[in-house]
Amino acid sequence: MEFFKIRRDIPFMRHALAFNVVSLVTFLLAVFFLATKGLSFSIEFTGGTVMEVNYEHAAEVDKIRKALDARGYHDYSVQNFGSSRDVLIRMPLKPGQNSADLSKAVMEGLSADDATAKLRRVEFVGPQVGRELAENGALALLITSLGIVGYLALRFEWKFGVAAIIANLHDVVIILGFFSLFQWEFSLPVLAAVLAVLGYSVNESVVIADRIRENFRKMRKATVTEIIDNAITRTISRTIITHGCTQTMVTSMLVFGGPALHYFALALTIGICFGIYSSVLVMAPLVRWLGIRREDLVKPLQEKKPEAVV
Amino acid sequence: MNRYSLWLYVTIAVALALGVLYTLPNFFGEAPAVQVSPARTTLNMDNSALGRVEEALKKAGIAPTGTILDPNSVRVRLVDPDTQLRAKDVIERTLNPDPANPSYTVALNLLPNSPRWLAAVNALPMYLGLDLRGGVHFLLQVDMGAALAKQLDSNAGDIRTQLRDKTVRYVGIAREGDRILVRFRDADTRAKARGIIAEKLPELQLADEGAGDDLRLVATVRPEAQKRNQDLALKQNIQTLHNRINELGVAEPVIQQQGADRVVVELPGVQDTTKAKEILGRTATLEVRLVDEDAQRSGSTFNVDVFPERRRDGTVSNVPMKKQVILTGDRFTGAAATFDQNQQPAVSINLDSAGGRIMNEVTRENIGHLMAIVLFERGKGETISVATIRGQFSNRFQITGLFTPQETNTLSLLIRAGALAAPMEIVEERTVGPSLGADNIKKGFDSTIYGFTALALFIMIYYSVFGVFSTLALCSNLLLLVALLSMLQATLTLPGIAAIALTLGMAIDANVLINERVREELRNGVTPQAAIHAGYERAFGTILDSNVTTLIAGLALLIFGSGPVRGFAVVHCLGILTSIFSSVVISRSMVNLAYGSRRKLERVAIGNTAWK
Repeated sequence: MEFFKIRRDIPFMRHALAFNVVSLVTFLLAVFFLATKGLSFSIEFTGGTVMEVNYEHAAEVDKIRKALDARGYHDYSVQNFGSSRDVLIRMPLKPGQNSADLSKAVMEGLSADDATAKLRRVEFVGPQVGRELAENGALALLITSLGIVGYLALRFEWKFGVAAIIANLHDVVIILGFFSLFQWEFSLPVLAAVLAVLGYSVNESVVIADRIRENFRKMRKATVTEIIDNAITRTISRTIITHGCTQTMVTSMLVFGGPALHYFALALTIGICFGIYSSVLVMAPLVRWLGIRREDLVKPLQEKKPEAVV
Repeated sequence: MNRYSLWLYVTIAVALALGVLYTLPNFFGEAPAVQVSPARTTLNMDNSALGRVEEALKKAGIAPTGTILDPNSVRVRLVDPDTQLRAKDVIERTLNPDPANPSYTVALNLLPNSPRWLAAVNALPMYLGLDLRGGVHFLLQVDMGAALAKQLDSNAGDIRTQLRDKTVRYVGIAREGDRILVRFRDADTRAKARGIIAEKLPELQLADEGAGDDLRLVATVRPEAQKRNQDLALKQNIQTLHNRINELGVAEPVIQQQGADRVVVELPGVQDTTKAKEILGRTATLEVRLVDEDAQRSGSTFNVDVFPERRRDGTVSNVPMKKQVILTGDRFTGAAATFDQNQQPAVSINLDSAGGRIMNEVTRENIGHLMAIVLFERGKGETISVATIRGQFSNRFQITGLFTPQETNTLSLLIRAGALAAPMEIVEERTVGPSLGADNIKKGFDSTIYGFTALALFIMIYYSVFGVFSTLALCSNLLLLVALLSMLQATLTLPGIAAIALTLGMAIDANVLINERVREELRNGVTPQAAIHAGYERAFGTILDSNVTTLIAGLALLIFGSGPVRGFAVVHCLGILTSIFSSVVISRSMVNLAYGSRRKLERVAIGNTAWK
């Protein structure tokens, strides 16, 4: 079986400007949403208390709200979680309030209304821990980016490193844009997914960069545009099949993984879809505009270089 | 050209065999068990304890399916949860005749059901995180500021005593923030005071300040002394937590330092967080009293308080004490295990100046009598030391006796527990119910299995025989990853399971790269053998590059991540390593075995490569 039988090179570079405009617009939209709506951070970052309560029958969210109001709690949120029988109650931090007493008091209130209420999970995070998590997350993103640029610059050329990281950080911003637009909860697993996607999407750029280098060596007469077009065309089959396979796994997580893995899988899905686009159609034109030349990659003195693929 | 040397096949076979061996324990499940561990550090588990447990079970007609003895615990494996509960009751009754003063912690636990020979080679099932097995996680922050303030207060008191003893006239002594200010009227006095303080309190750093008749001497704690004190405070708090958690009857508690001032406490299986928090947050106090020797002789309990003392030989005796409290814990400023002038183990104790004055009076009048230290927890007192007063002393003294270094350590820790614990605050809490844990395992497992099946089917249809090789390579990847996780006993969490699934989804990339390359070479008219060779050779550089970039992201997560992210990162990083091995080396070995030895290979089954 074979899906892609492409004999002639597809002139990707001819439409490079259009591709870049599309990605720039998406990027700006994402930035716009991030700036205006912000991210809906989970309590891991903001601090606060989350309780997951399970009922033996469909939970009545209104009744739970009333019970909480009656006990003088404000600013909480109550929502169904996964099924109609589970609810998630989020409470912000209050100075001087003890988490131990809070979850106990709330459960007493809920049990009084409905004896089948069962506490499934409590999470409490203090304000200081939350701030540290946010800082560490940002630091991890920075180190990853620097590490990838450095490695690609070492293995290829600094132009590839810069182009690849721009292309892939733009994926990251777009994922965050989606989380901002729909106000999906941004939690620690989502952060892990974002970084995993960053590492994974760079694969794409590596494969194409490898191919471009190989082409510079083999296609002595071709122009830079032709070389890039050929590299993308000949790797497109691998690109789509690999992403399809990874997405199969991620879809399975989305379907069977339950609410705990939902946003994690969602972030991966967006990352994988935009990853194809950005590393193929954003990274390659960027490399060209940064002025890649045959001499950058094919060093006459350096004969034996690891060769490339697909 | 497509042949591997024998040693490479042997390496692969050994790796896979080890993979099977260490994955195996995960399939046996777990059996209910009862775990008995000593409730105090002075007790050790030995054959006699094992004998008592076995005896008790035999009497009750319970036949355990296995017993394990190690220095810290006795574990008894049982047939079903009902027997487990009965066995726990029986053991509890036998080993702890007095429920108010338990000597042993008896807890319910789960033990791997795998055969003994697997356990003998250290093949254990994966260690499940709290989100998969249920339990409580706390992150406690030790208030180092408070610990430092307390230390400075006592230092200020010491300075006062020293200067008074030497009749150095100062104007005032006060603590301001994290420094102590001593005021003087003239420079000579200040210089003299400085010499005395520098000699007696070497952990203080001194500086002159002020001019005219407002001269100041500023003392701050030296950074290295401060760091030592912080380490001590943290160690102290961890020890206290250990002692308290023993009471909860948790089978495998985790109590670990995190960073400079935090402690992680994980209690698998504990559901009652209220009780756990009550125990963690409890404060202990100390009292120093005189033993009522008349009552001790006559056995009368009239007008005395009686506190139990646990002797070295395990027996408990009651010590009658006078009602009057000489000192309380807040007068203590230090307790450490040392050696006395005869090189015998001893516990040295420091009191603040007020405590020193009281001690001075009391010891002067009571030479030759017995003094006791009582530790109160939950309003219940326990005598931790009874010693004869050998001479008059004030704020520094030693408790000597027939101690071993371990005993002096325990005693000094107990004294510090009652007197010097820095306050702790819960800054993070996570509780997961057991049903949620089981749900999480099922969901994680399901998503991996279904995703893997879909992926394998597609790859096998698309790449035909090479697809089968790729799938087998992916299976070996899963096998090696699970084996590695079991071997390292890394904590598996739900994000960890997600990372397993994601690793498999990403690992296929390498095989797709190789297979596409082989196809391309075939299309260009290269012979099958050469195409296979070129496919693997050329793909390798790319595979390495792309995995290194993924690994960079994984390592960043590992270094900066905490909690759930860490669980993800560990599996992700290990998965990248097993991926490279399995998708390149193992899949190549299968291809080589199948095709490598054929002289004339007309075609290889890698799906349709002829474009019409």
